[in-house]
Amino acid sequence: MYKWKRQFLSGPYVVWIAGFIILPILTIFYYGITDSSGSFTLANIFAIAEPIHMKALLLSLKLALLCTAFCLILSYPLAMILNNLHLKQQSFVVFIFVLPMWMNFMLRILAWQLLLSNNGILNTILEGLGMPKLQLLNTPSAVVFGMVYDFLPFMILPIYNAMGRIQRDVVDAARDLGASELQVFLKIILPLTISGVISGIIMVFVPALTSFVISNLLGGGKVLLIGNVIEQEFMQNMDWNMGSGLSIVLMIFVVASMAFMNAHGSEEGGGAVW
Amino acid sequence: MPKELIHLSHITKSYETAVILDDLDLHIRENEFMTLLGPSGCGKTTTLRLLGGFETPDAGQIFFDGTDITSLPPNERKLNTVFQKYALFTHMSIAENIAFGLKISKKSKTYIDDKIKYALKLVNLEGYEKRSVDSLSGGQQQRIAIARAIVNEPKVLLLDEPLGALDLKLRQDMQYELIRLKEELGITFVYVTHDQEEALTMSDTIVVMNQGYIQQIGTPEDIYNEPANAFVADFIGESNIIDGRMLQDRLVEFLGVQITCVDTGFGQNQPVDVVIRPEDVELSDPANGFMEGDVISTIFKGVHYEIEVHANGYDWLVHTTKMFPVGAHVGIHVIPFNIHIMNKPESNDEKAVESDV
Repeated sequence: MYKWKRQFLSGPYVVWIAGFIILPILTIFYYGITDSSGSFTLANIFAIAEPIHMKALLLSLKLALLCTAFCLILSYPLAMILNNLHLKQQSFVVFIFVLPMWMNFMLRILAWQLLLSNNGILNTILEGLGMPKLQLLNTPSAVVFGMVYDFLPFMILPIYNAMGRIQRDVVDAARDLGASELQVFLKIILPLTISGVISGIIMVFVPALTSFVISNLLGGGKVLLIGNVIEQEFMQNMDWNMGSGLSIVLMIFVVASMAFMNAHGSEEGGGAVW
Repeated sequence: MPKELIHLSHITKSYETAVILDDLDLHIRENEFMTLLGPSGCGKTTTLRLLGGFETPDAGQIFFDGTDITSLPPNERKLNTVFQKYALFTHMSIAENIAFGLKISKKSKTYIDDKIKYALKLVNLEGYEKRSVDSLSGGQQQRIAIARAIVNEPKVLLLDEPLGALDLKLRQDMQYELIRLKEELGITFVYVTHDQEEALTMSDTIVVMNQGYIQQIGTPEDIYNEPANAFVADFIGESNIIDGRMLQDRLVEFLGVQITCVDTGFGQNQPVDVVIRPEDVELSDPANGFMEGDVISTIFKGVHYEIEVHANGYDWLVHTTKMFPVGAHVGIHVIPFNIHIMNKPESNDEKAVESDV
């Protein structure tokens, strides 16, 4: 009786998941494997093989990988430096890095659109210095830049947390046993933070792969990602079946990348350090 | 006497405004079990971290076997440390933990495997190679930490309150274990603790520290029987510390009575501290003592009764195997040999720690 009462408390959440997560996914699957007349077909899923779709998917993968790599390169040393600061300074710097997350994501991207545009601040400065204007906006680089800007905190925080969990004694013990600074990093700090790196990669790679707003605003329709293709199928072509079919393919990529990272992660985190 | 191995010469160390060690000078000999004993904040752990190379002194030098190692990083010192909270590498198996130092120094695989076996046998954990760190109890983890340190054959093993996190029974077992280990390995142990019983049980030499100064260096017997000042007397076991006046050699006056003692050389009419161990106080018929008093509390402690006697304005702490009920009128007697006379503290660190009973 008591147990049943407590389970009852999860009721609102169950309703939420059912209505806003499970039902939409089932709907997507239904549309994805039927045509406009409602009969079964796999054509929507295999449509990914069309050159324009394939090109968008490959570009999405490439930009998402680039974005993840930049985030990692920026975050790891930063997390190390942060971790070595005094506690007071530490929480302040973390606050600074998390601060942008409190601002609306669209606003931040719109701000970059203004900064990077042909008559924007950056080009004005270049002009003032007597240098030629640069085409910054509406390039794949701008899209990657926007993604990195947006997703960086999601990489920093898990790595920083993992690093904070390493006790000073453990590092001292490794030094004591003869390890140089480099060996301490390779054999202690890196393996003990790999779980943070993996969560960071997943939390950056997945939204970067599926993003379409950033490429819309900073790519100006010239950078077509798989997210943009799906959006167009739904919103412009009104072809819900095709949009759903491509969504399923994208979902498979997301789930596969997460599974890959997790499998790889448990291996790295285990004994195979040497 | 074995030759000197380590010399800490005029070491001073402070953090921001707090002075942790002030002009500390300490000699550690080969094959010695030396314990740094003191309350928290006395500088004992800092001394150990200076030896390990995790801290550098503000002034002074550290000599190891005659060579100055003051600025040598930890990985280039021939010492190994056992940390208070074990500090095992949780991402490695037990065997990998123990092999860490040996792999760094590029020993052959067969050598490493032999050493792992030998070390696990030494700490009574044979067959634990493949286990994970998390599957071990606190006591087992601490043994692995010791094994991990000793496989590197250090000349000195530094131990920072290694038994602090263990429960009483395990702590006592580990004390004997450590003594056995030290005898088998034949190396120097420098041991840090705030537990006086631990220090008395295991050490060849005890260094009692307080507020960054060494109060006394000596064998456990010296420290216990002949404490150098009120702080040591109070920190090592319990003591009655009474204001007194040395009238002349072998005659002291305290609490209004004059009593013969064995100490000399304090001059005439000098204010002194009279220190008497609770177990040295004898209770008897009122007529047989040098003063009379009333029992104000009696607590059974197992081995002895802990009795408080109010006499001549002082509450005496007495340990005795004979039971005296509260309210009993008794005589107090102490044989001259057990009356210890000490100079009054010259500085704060020599004073007994104030505590309300």
